[in-house]
Amino acid sequence: MNDMRVTERTVTDKEIKMKARKVQVFYGDNHAIKDVDVDIEDKTVTAFIGPSGCGKSTFLRCLNRMNDTIDICRVEGDIQLDGEDIYDPKVDPVQLRAKVGMVFQKPNPFPKSIYDNVAYGPRIHGLARSKSELDEIVEKSLRRAAIWDEVKDRLDAPGTGLSGGQQQRLCIARAVATSPEVLLMDEPCSALDPIATAQVEELIDELRERFSVVIVTHSMQQAARVSQKTAFFHLGNLVEFGETSKIFTNPDDPRTESYITGRIG
Amino acid sequence: MTDATASQPPVRSLFAEDARTRRRNRAEARFRAYGFAAVVIGILALIMLLISILSNGLSSFRQTYVTFPVDLAEARLDPQGNRNPEEMAAVTTFGYLPVMAMAFIEHVEALGIEHDLSPQEMAAMISGEAPAQLRAMVLENPSLVGQTVTLEMLVNGRIDGYFKGRVTMASAERDNNVTPGQLVLAQALADAGAMETRFNWSFVTAPDASGQRPEAAGLGVAIIGSFYMMLVVLALALPIGVAASIYLEEFAPKNRLTDIIEVNISNLAAVPSIVFGILGLAIFINFAGLPQSAPIVGGLVLTLMTLPTIIIATRASLRAVPPSIREAALGVGASKMQSVFHHVLPLAAPGILTGTIIGLAQALGETAPLLLIGMVAFVREYPAAPLDGLFDPASALPVQVYNWTQRSDPAFVERASGAIIVLLVFLVFMNALAILLRRRFERRW
Ligand SMILES: Nc1ncnc2c1ncn2[C@@H]1O[C@H](COP(=O)(O)OP(=O)(O)OP(=O)(O)O)[C@@H](O)[C@H]1O
Ligand SMILES: [Mg+2]
Repeated sequence: MNDMRVTERTVTDKEIKMKARKVQVFYGDNHAIKDVDVDIEDKTVTAFIGPSGCGKSTFLRCLNRMNDTIDICRVEGDIQLDGEDIYDPKVDPVQLRAKVGMVFQKPNPFPKSIYDNVAYGPRIHGLARSKSELDEIVEKSLRRAAIWDEVKDRLDAPGTGLSGGQQQRLCIARAVATSPEVLLMDEPCSALDPIATAQVEELIDELRERFSVVIVTHSMQQAARVSQKTAFFHLGNLVEFGETSKIFTNPDDPRTESYITGRIG
Repeated sequence: MTDATASQPPVRSLFAEDARTRRRNRAEARFRAYGFAAVVIGILALIMLLISILSNGLSSFRQTYVTFPVDLAEARLDPQGNRNPEEMAAVTTFGYLPVMAMAFIEHVEALGIEHDLSPQEMAAMISGEAPAQLRAMVLENPSLVGQTVTLEMLVNGRIDGYFKGRVTMASAERDNNVTPGQLVLAQALADAGAMETRFNWSFVTAPDASGQRPEAAGLGVAIIGSFYMMLVVLALALPIGVAASIYLEEFAPKNRLTDIIEVNISNLAAVPSIVFGILGLAIFINFAGLPQSAPIVGGLVLTLMTLPTIIIATRASLRAVPPSIREAALGVGASKMQSVFHHVLPLAAPGILTGTIIGLAQALGETAPLLLIGMVAFVREYPAAPLDGLFDPASALPVQVYNWTQRSDPAFVERASGAIIVLLVFLVFMNALAILLRRRFERRW
């Protein structure tokens, strides 16, 4: 835990891509997220950290209305994407999810070929006009997810036949292929070796040039390395949110300090 | 800390089995023996069933025929002499009977076989169905009149039974329908090569025959009827069942109403099939006015019966698809329907197929509801081609089995078992199809 080097980056005032105000999430009677306010800036990596069960995934899933699929889940408050309320009844969650992509905590490739896994999103959104264009998207996405070299000879093999880490990178490629504006990543590196992790982090850094990335991670080093903003969650509350450099060097809240120095978790 | 942890456990060799391991291994061996015994009992039961059905029923695929030349005299068969089938139809089977009987008697004489049978007794050796078959043949091809044709005709069921070992000289003594003299003549004809027992396609193709003519009874109408009903069931139950399951499983809100529907579907699966028959009689025949004995009504009733099976199987296989697949699809911006049709349904397809085919197989073997809607009727006309044929009267395989077991002539025992063999062949075929389709679908992933 000594490796707390925080990359110095000039932090300019960027446009706010997503804005959450007073968000409450209930699973039945379980109040999982309490009064959370977060601003997600455009072209920025925002990290969510916090002990297990504190609601990081839950909050992340609110940002593309993935929680709609859970019957007992109820979301209150206001979440906006480019100033538009994403929970407005007029909003079609399908359109929202095309803009806000997601990589899940557990790798979940489709039981189809590697090619079809990546090509699925572009196909249903009509992003490619020809087969060659689709091939191009697939290759670019697989390269970005740092898995191209491993699978380029077996694009027809089933995606489920890959190792856990490869599957996760395939899922990243699949999410990237639809060119979302915001990419939500729930512990994308938890099943990856250090080399693949470094590659994914590189990818995240690259993605930042074009869209915003929200990443949930249990690795302080990772949060420090890749993010510009960090949100620390604890027991469903947003304890502290700010510049990553500040959170890791000079946190305001004693709980944040205890967590990043390894005393609570 | 305490004495217990302080005292070292005795060092045991890996080669020596300790008491616990021995007990565990014995329990495991016992359990395996039970399982093996269960499998053996099951297989034995199956073998016994097959042996009894095959030994009873295989002979129904063979039938005894007698071959002799018949002079189709114009004077008797076409009195007008103009070969007009419409006018020739005025000659009934009673007109053909003596033509045939005389030809047979003359042929026996020509062969030089000694016997002391009366002409009536000799004529009775040929199936009662034979004159009708000859008449149909002549009406179809009037130019035969005036010629002498060699005919292969069915023999009476008792004579056929003699060649199959069902009828003996001793039993013929006590039988009003056959005399030992007829059997002696039959044997002599067989020795002379004029009578022969051979494979008999018409058992699967011919329509049913009356109780006095078991030798002519076939499964043709029953097979067509069953096939039409399966078509109706497949065309209705599969889409309705799958659509209902997808809606209930993937789209419907989980509330009290859907709970009630769910319970009712399960209950429906447990309703005795005869109840569906009463329902079909009341709704489809009495209320909707559909014809009795029609495959469409049978198919509708069986659809009602099969729906719960298909719905339950489909829902189970939909539920077995991991939710992460749905999330993955939604996560890349697929709509609910796209996620279901592109990902969930293909994964559930093998299970749905199996459920459907099991449901169909169940429907194919179902008898009780069909009895109530009149499928038990005696039908000799083949139904027409679909869709009109769905409204023509027909029989069904299991009903035909039931029907034949009700008849007094012992020759129908053989035929009922033969019908069961045909039914089993269809079921085996359907199951093989299910396995084949499953393999194909699974290989795609
Ligand atoms: N589908 C669900 N149904 C009911 N409760 C849930 C569900 N998902 C999460 N919860 C509850 O919500 C709370 C937050 O869970 P969440 O998954 O967001 O935690 P997390 O911070 O992502 O943890 P981890 O780091 O272990 O992934 C937990 O108390 C959990 O029990
Ligand atoms: Mg989580």
